[in-house]
Amino acid sequence: MSKKVVLGTVLSNDRIEKDVYKMVIRQEEAARSAAPGQFVNLYTKSESMLLPRPISICEIGEDTLTLVYGVVGKGTQEFSSYVAGENIKLTTALGNGFTPADAKVHVLVGGGIGVPPLVELAKHLEGEKIAVIGFREAPFLHDRLEELGVKVYIATDSGAHGFKGNVVELMESEGLVGDYYYSCGPKPMLRALAAFCEAKGKPVQVSLEERMGCGYGACVGCVCKTKAANEVGYEQKKVCKDGPVFLGSEVAW
Amino acid sequence: MSKIDLSVNIGGGLILDNPITTASGTFSPRESSAFYDLSELGAMITKGIANIPWEGNPTPRIAETYGGMINSVGLQNPGVDYFIEHELPYAKQFGTKVIANVAGRSIEDYCEVVEKLSETDVDALEVNISCPNVKKGGIGFGVQCDLAGSVVREVRRVSKKPLIIKLSPNVTDITEIAKAAEAEGADAISLINTLLGMKIDVHRMRPVIANKMGGFSGPAIKPVAVRMVYQVRRAVNIPIIGLGGIMTGEDAAEFILAGADALSVGTAALVNPTAPVDIKRELIEYMDRYGFKNLAELRGALNE
Repeated sequence: MSKKVVLGTVLSNDRIEKDVYKMVIRQEEAARSAAPGQFVNLYTKSESMLLPRPISICEIGEDTLTLVYGVVGKGTQEFSSYVAGENIKLTTALGNGFTPADAKVHVLVGGGIGVPPLVELAKHLEGEKIAVIGFREAPFLHDRLEELGVKVYIATDSGAHGFKGNVVELMESEGLVGDYYYSCGPKPMLRALAAFCEAKGKPVQVSLEERMGCGYGACVGCVCKTKAANEVGYEQKKVCKDGPVFLGSEVAW
Repeated sequence: MSKIDLSVNIGGGLILDNPITTASGTFSPRESSAFYDLSELGAMITKGIANIPWEGNPTPRIAETYGGMINSVGLQNPGVDYFIEHELPYAKQFGTKVIANVAGRSIEDYCEVVEKLSETDVDALEVNISCPNVKKGGIGFGVQCDLAGSVVREVRRVSKKPLIIKLSPNVTDITEIAKAAEAEGADAISLINTLLGMKIDVHRMRPVIANKMGGFSGPAIKPVAVRMVYQVRRAVNIPIIGLGGIMTGEDAAEFILAGADALSVGTAALVNPTAPVDIKRELIEYMDRYGFKNLAELRGALNE
């Protein structure tokens, strides 16, 4: 069996920004199964909350996974209360992640809680690396990206940190150009980036988000439209199984 | 424990090695086989298959509720021809019985799918009569006896396979629908399909699901399902596949005590992919604990 539900141990779980937490879980099988851009399903301990929560993988260690997650509801609220030593049920890695490309200048574009998977990706890229990351208020993981040798540009909606505006405006304003783009963040940002990359003739991989049921392709709850040469011009792919990472050029925005 | 016989006859000459099947819409052979050996199942029941590809509903399609979930996938499926060519051969390789679930928007649609699947090596058909009838203003086939009866009669006429009719719980009297299905030639009945449900996000002040309403499933609905299996068991003589919120072996035992011959595991498998085989193991443990040698003994053990 290639995938499993396993039991891990929380090594640490720290608040790194308002409503943003970093959890390190020791679970060797899950760590060994993981690649950049994939996610794991995390289970709450409450029987009233049935569905696992899909959380993107921020970093992969020998026998650990680091997850940086936003507190957005009761499930993630529960996770945020976990302390070191606690057991946590999770799946081994799910989905199709980023494919590191051969390029001179890689540009990582992240928005808010879409930034975490770009951290592990950065470790797998050879060449010059630029991150352009946007937040509502306060940035996070920018320091970790810098430690990994990434040149970081920050945009915030409020202008409290870095550039005031969105990431595409920031790239235009700074004249930032790369050879290959990777992105994770809210859909409007991904759509704008895909249009930006198309205009510049640059390839981009985008990690999409959709409300999931099972997270492994059985329920067909999370679908997105991708371009297809058929009567309607698109087909529906499962974000959890076929994605979450797709080529920007294949998504029917 | 090896002395326990889990085999079960679910009608139309179809005998399963064990009573555990996968509820339609919650199982995909390719995806589920990444987690467990599909030959452990009594039967796999496929996603709903229509005469032509269905696009399904817009997203979000899923909402979690207290002890349950609501889905409005809209029976997205690639159509019967694609199923026969690409999905059936894959499903059959595990040596497990394959029951094809059939969806339709009209009686003609149902019949077209049933005719085509009758010429394949699927082991049985499960007809989902909860679908809306587009020719009758969208009313569900399964909510009126005459409508339900006419679907069963017409598909029976063209089916060469054991025929299971899956009932909607969104009715006044489930036993009347069950009796109509039996009278028109159903070999077995499966129940319950999902309850019609809705969830509103009070912070955004809008329905969570794009289609507003959807099918409510999971352990929260189990008492309704157990009650309906119990009622239908006393109304018809054909075998019953019970489902609705089965999460554990004890839940499975509860359905069998209520009168179910076989079981489907649905929402539990979305939560925990290996749920069907875990529940099978737990059912064996339960039967061993109370000394039941086979399912018929357990089915007859309800004290009332």
